[in-house]
Amino acid sequence: MPLRLPFRLIPRAQPSQRMLLIAPLLAVTLTLVVGLGIFAALGQNPLVAFRVFFIDPVSDINGVSELLLKASPLCLIALGLAIGFRANIWNIGAEGQMYLGGIFATGLAIHFHENGGPWLLPAMILAGAVGGALWASITAFLRAQLRTNEILVSLMLTYVADLLVKYLVYGPWQDPQSNNFPFTVSFSDDALFPVLMNWWDWLEGTRINLSLLITVVAVPLAWLFMDKSFVGFQLSVAGLAPAAARYAGFSEKRMVWIALLIGGAAAGLAGVTEVAGPIGQLNDRWTPGYGFTAIIVAALGRLNAFGIVLAALLMALLYLGGEAAQISLQLPKAISQVFQGLLLMFLLGCDVLVNYRVARRMPANALVNA
Amino acid sequence: MKTWKHAAASLAGAAALLAAPLISHAAEPLKMAWVYVGPVGDGGWTYAHDLGRKAAMKALGDKISTTIVESVPEGADSERVIRDLAAKGNKIIFTTSFGYMEPTLKVAKAFPKVDFYHATGFKSDKNVTIYNSRMYEPAYLAGIIAGHVSKKGILGFVASFPIPEVVRNINAYTMGARSVNPKITTKVVWVNTWYDPGKERQAAEALIGQGADVLLQNTDSSAVLQTAQDKGVNAFGWDSDMTAYAPKAHLGSAIEIWGGYYTKVAEAAIAGKPLKTTVWGGMKDGMNDLVSISPNIPAAAKAVVAEKAAAIKSGKVQVFTGPIKGSDGSIKLAAGKTLTDKEIDSVNYYVEGVEGQLPK
Repeated sequence: MPLRLPFRLIPRAQPSQRMLLIAPLLAVTLTLVVGLGIFAALGQNPLVAFRVFFIDPVSDINGVSELLLKASPLCLIALGLAIGFRANIWNIGAEGQMYLGGIFATGLAIHFHENGGPWLLPAMILAGAVGGALWASITAFLRAQLRTNEILVSLMLTYVADLLVKYLVYGPWQDPQSNNFPFTVSFSDDALFPVLMNWWDWLEGTRINLSLLITVVAVPLAWLFMDKSFVGFQLSVAGLAPAAARYAGFSEKRMVWIALLIGGAAAGLAGVTEVAGPIGQLNDRWTPGYGFTAIIVAALGRLNAFGIVLAALLMALLYLGGEAAQISLQLPKAISQVFQGLLLMFLLGCDVLVNYRVARRMPANALVNA
Repeated sequence: MKTWKHAAASLAGAAALLAAPLISHAAEPLKMAWVYVGPVGDGGWTYAHDLGRKAAMKALGDKISTTIVESVPEGADSERVIRDLAAKGNKIIFTTSFGYMEPTLKVAKAFPKVDFYHATGFKSDKNVTIYNSRMYEPAYLAGIIAGHVSKKGILGFVASFPIPEVVRNINAYTMGARSVNPKITTKVVWVNTWYDPGKERQAAEALIGQGADVLLQNTDSSAVLQTAQDKGVNAFGWDSDMTAYAPKAHLGSAIEIWGGYYTKVAEAAIAGKPLKTTVWGGMKDGMNDLVSISPNIPAAAKAVVAEKAAAIKSGKVQVFTGPIKGSDGSIKLAAGKTLTDKEIDSVNYYVEGVEGQLPK
């Protein structure tokens, strides 16, 4: 017997556009309010905990640099994903596309380890984007030609990509001096993004590097593409009203290819920024799951380029705050996952209420008595 | 309700506290920090390190203060955490997983006055010291018990990453078993993670499905042992004493004992003579052991294990003593010789009796 709740959800004919934009802000606010309560329940002074979690991590230049370093790949991947998500093309395999970006870039870095040059890094960036796009093209081909489900294919390919990385770092690409441990040689300087403190003294001691520029350029480009170009318009129509898109003669296959290739290339670029950035080599555990976190970032950012920037910064801050809470307040690691979970739950909850209204259901026996 | 009253009270005084610095300066205890790869509650590797930290705290009281950061990913994030701990005034930092090696070395260069101790790696520096535990010794003893207990002559091993640290434990376990019953073989399943109870359980089920009836694991949780109990076979605890997780299946636990080492490092630093030599301790040094051996194992097994344990503790017996044959039949070590530490630390082959190929 189906569960009968005393209320039901009725779709709103015209969801408020304003509320749709306010929903993420409301979700953040609710998360913070509940968060204060959790801090208190853990026996912490909530305001001190709030400061440690959300303000201290970015209270100096090093903290800001770490925030950007963490937010940048998240933002880059989420921008690529958002383009597909707008067209209802659900690429869940950005993590795997990111691995391939890392692999392609590492291939060049290792091959030209001894005889690089200023051309090496740009070549790696290009190779990484191509690698990610190629990996995504498998999903695109299967979806466009055989109508397979891109969610499953892209997700499964992530595990294949993971094994590919492991094969390489335990096998042909292993550093001969690694004592059989799974990593490649450390890249030469030609194969690394220069750290910005080389040019600006006030950044002394920070890790932020030139790869930030890729994200900074990608944001307005993604906005122009999504909101101002005809292809971007086609993608949005395909997502909102597939029948209308077909009627207008927009090719669905073309949409699938565009969405997945861009998503793959963006994830591949993010892979390059990691291996040629703070890590400086390829090993078997180099990413903390950016490709999956970016899905949340894209949703939280409302599939809007500038929203994604804010969402990526917030996600990065939750990671840094979780570490700071462990170090300064001896709170458990789970606290940052609790915050991420709350945020997503409140966002989805707000979305439901923006798109639906709650109506009281007549009690079942009321009908009988009437 | 009490917590909420407490919350209200603390909210009232919060404004003042917001302005106050977080760290108070009373006496000056030695600030030590630990970076953990898993959660403290993993019941295995990280739990053992945390027991070690607590032992040091108990031994030294208010002479030290400690901080931990758990479940730190072994990628770009670990460098930030380690740097942060150094910047926050910790004088001694233990980074307790292999993947922290390069980040530890990078941060150490920027903080020459902080001493870093890295577990299980192989690169050291002026202020980076390596420490590790010869877990292959208790693994060998576990193998002896497995050799006596196994009815089908098939052992199972749930392995994390194909690195020397793990490969040599598989070898030691197999050699121990074959010293009792030369027909025994070991099947290995790689899970490519240190801590993932779900994957560890699947691997254990696969091994049991292939006929393995005594399991050992080089992963961090108690999932393999619990699976063994569910399926009616035997297994061992690893890193920490896991008797309580599956008392019926449990044959013994190969445990790490870090407390003595952590206390020594702290004492040396307080005395102004920091410990900077590589420590690779075994049963002889009290850094590991096979404990809580099940009373149900055959008397013969008890006797042999007790004898071998005593011989290893006194230094009379080395686990990796020739003749050692590789799984491909080639001679890896002639009779009467022993592997050097360098050879043990870069081993890249299975010994005879281990099935399959080492992943390359």
